[in-house]
Amino acid sequence: MDLNLLTICYLIGSVTFILGLKMLSNPATARRGNLIAAAGMLIAIGGTIFLYRNTETGDHLHNYAWIFGGLLIGGVIGTLAARKVKMTAMPEMVSLFNGMGGACAALISLVEFNHLSRELYSNYSAEYISSIQPTVLIIVLGLIIGSVSFAGSIIAWGKLNGKVKDFSFTGQNILNLIILAVALGAGAFLVIHPEHNFLLYAILALALTYGVLFVMPIGGADMPVVISLLNSFTGVAAACGGFLYNNKVMLTGGILVGAAGTLLTILMCKAMNRSLINVLVGSFGGSNNSASISGGKDQGNYKEISLSDAAMLMSYATKVMIVPGYGLAVAQAQHACHELEKVLTEKGVEVNYAIHPVAGRMPGHMNVLLAEADVSYEKLEDMEQANDEFKTTDVVLILGANDVVNPAAKNDPDSPIYGMPILEVELAKNIIVNKRSMKPGYAGIENDLFFQPKTSMLFGDAKKVLQDLLNEVKNV
Amino acid sequence: MIFVGIEVIGRVPSVLHTPLMSGANAIHGVVIIGAIIVMGKAETDNYLALILGFLAVILGTLNVVGGFVVTDRMLEMFSSKKNSKK
Repeated sequence: MDLNLLTICYLIGSVTFILGLKMLSNPATARRGNLIAAAGMLIAIGGTIFLYRNTETGDHLHNYAWIFGGLLIGGVIGTLAARKVKMTAMPEMVSLFNGMGGACAALISLVEFNHLSRELYSNYSAEYISSIQPTVLIIVLGLIIGSVSFAGSIIAWGKLNGKVKDFSFTGQNILNLIILAVALGAGAFLVIHPEHNFLLYAILALALTYGVLFVMPIGGADMPVVISLLNSFTGVAAACGGFLYNNKVMLTGGILVGAAGTLLTILMCKAMNRSLINVLVGSFGGSNNSASISGGKDQGNYKEISLSDAAMLMSYATKVMIVPGYGLAVAQAQHACHELEKVLTEKGVEVNYAIHPVAGRMPGHMNVLLAEADVSYEKLEDMEQANDEFKTTDVVLILGANDVVNPAAKNDPDSPIYGMPILEVELAKNIIVNKRSMKPGYAGIENDLFFQPKTSMLFGDAKKVLQDLLNEVKNV
Repeated sequence: MIFVGIEVIGRVPSVLHTPLMSGANAIHGVVIIGAIIVMGKAETDNYLALILGFLAVILGTLNVVGGFVVTDRMLEMFSSKKNSKK
C-alpha cells in the first residue's frame, strides 16, 4: 500500500517537473511553473522520507535525525544564500547550486560503492561480481559525471565572480582528453573488477581534475554555455541515481534536465554563434585571441565626449537606443538607467533598449535586471527588432557592452567572434559608449567601433556616469 | 523522456534562458531523493556512509531549495513589472 502511494507521489513529481519546465518556457506562466515544480519536488521528497521501503527487506528508512538535520541545514543555507544574492550575481549562484547537485550525485556514488564493496568482502564470488556489475557501471558513471559537474561549476562560479583567472597552457586540450580517457578506462576496469575499490577514489580525483581543467581555459563570455552544459551533466548524474535505485522521479527529473539542458546549451551557442565543440575545447579564451590582440594593428584615436555634450545630444534627439551590457550589471546601474529613460521620455525623446541575446553574463540576464528597475517590457527590443531601428536612431548609448556591438563579428573573418550576431549600432547617427576604460571586453579583443568617427567615449563607472548624465539632462 | 525534454524547451524565448536554466537546475536537485535513500539505508555504525550521506543530503537540499528560490526571485522581477504596468 505504502509503495503504491509512493509511486503516485513520484508520478505527481514527474508530471509537475514536465509541466513546470513547460510553463517556465513561457513568460506568462513561468513563475507558476516554477512553483508547481517546487511543489512536486516537495511531494516527491516527503514521499521518499515517509513511504520508501527497502525493496529487499521491506524496512522503512531510518536515521531520520540525520536526514532531517541535513534537510534543515541545506534548506536554511540555501534559502538565505538565494535570498541575499544580488541580481547581478545570479549566474554565479546558479552555477554554485548546480555544483552542489553534482557533488550530491558523486557522494551518493561513493556511499553506494562503499556499501557494495562491503558486501563484496563478505560474499566474494564470481556470480556475485557479475550480478553487481551493472550497478557498478552506473555508480562509476554517476561519480564521473557528478564530479566533473561539481568541479567545473565551482570553477565557473569562481570565474564569474572574478576569483579565478583564465588559465591555459599548450597541450591542455590533449591533457584533458588523456585525463578523461584514463578516468573512463579506470572506470571500465572497475566495472570488470569491482574488488579494486581504491580505483574509485582515483576516478574521483581524475574526474575532479578534469572538471577543473575543462572549465579553466574557457573565457568569461562562454561561461553561460558552460554552466548550462554542466547543468545538463548534473541532470544526467541524477538520472544515473535514478537507475541505481530504479527511482522513477529521479529518472524523469534527471533525463528531463539532461535533455532540456543540452538543448538549452545548443540554443545559447546559437545565440552567440559558437559551436559547442569550439566552446568545449576551450579555444575561445586561449590562443586564438591572444594572437588577434598582439596582431592588432594601430587602431587610431578615439574621441571623448563631455557629460554636458552627451546630455545635449540625447535631449535633442528624437530617438535614443540604450544598449545595456555587463558594465551596467556590475555597476548596478539599472535604476539610474531607468531614471534617465524616464527623464528623456518626458522631454519627448523616444527611448528604447536594445537587448542582445547574450548581453550581460547570461541570456536574459539584462531583461531580468531591467525588469527589476521597472523598465517596461515593451521598451525592450530584441536584436532583430533593434537592428531594424538603428538606421533611424539618433543616439545609441552603450552602457558597458562591448563584444555584442563589435563590428568585427561582421567584417573581420579572422576575429574570434566572427559570425556572432551583433547589434548593428554603427548604423545609428551618433554613438556614445560608456566604459570604464579602453580595455577590451570579455572575448579579449579590440573593438573597432570605438575608433569610428561617429563614436564618442564617456569613461567611468556606469552608475556614476548615468547619474551625472541624468542631472545634466535635467538642466538642459 | 529525452524527447519530452526537447519538446518542452524547444520554443523558449531567449529572455527566459536564464530562469529556465535555473529552474532546470532546481529540478535536477531530485538527486536529493537518492541522498535520502542512501542515508536512510545506511547502517547506523557505518560512519563513512553516514557522514558522506549527510553531506549529500545537505548539498542536495541546497541545490533544490536554492535553485527554486533563485528562480522564483528572477521571475518575480518579470511579474512585478507586469503588474505595476497594468
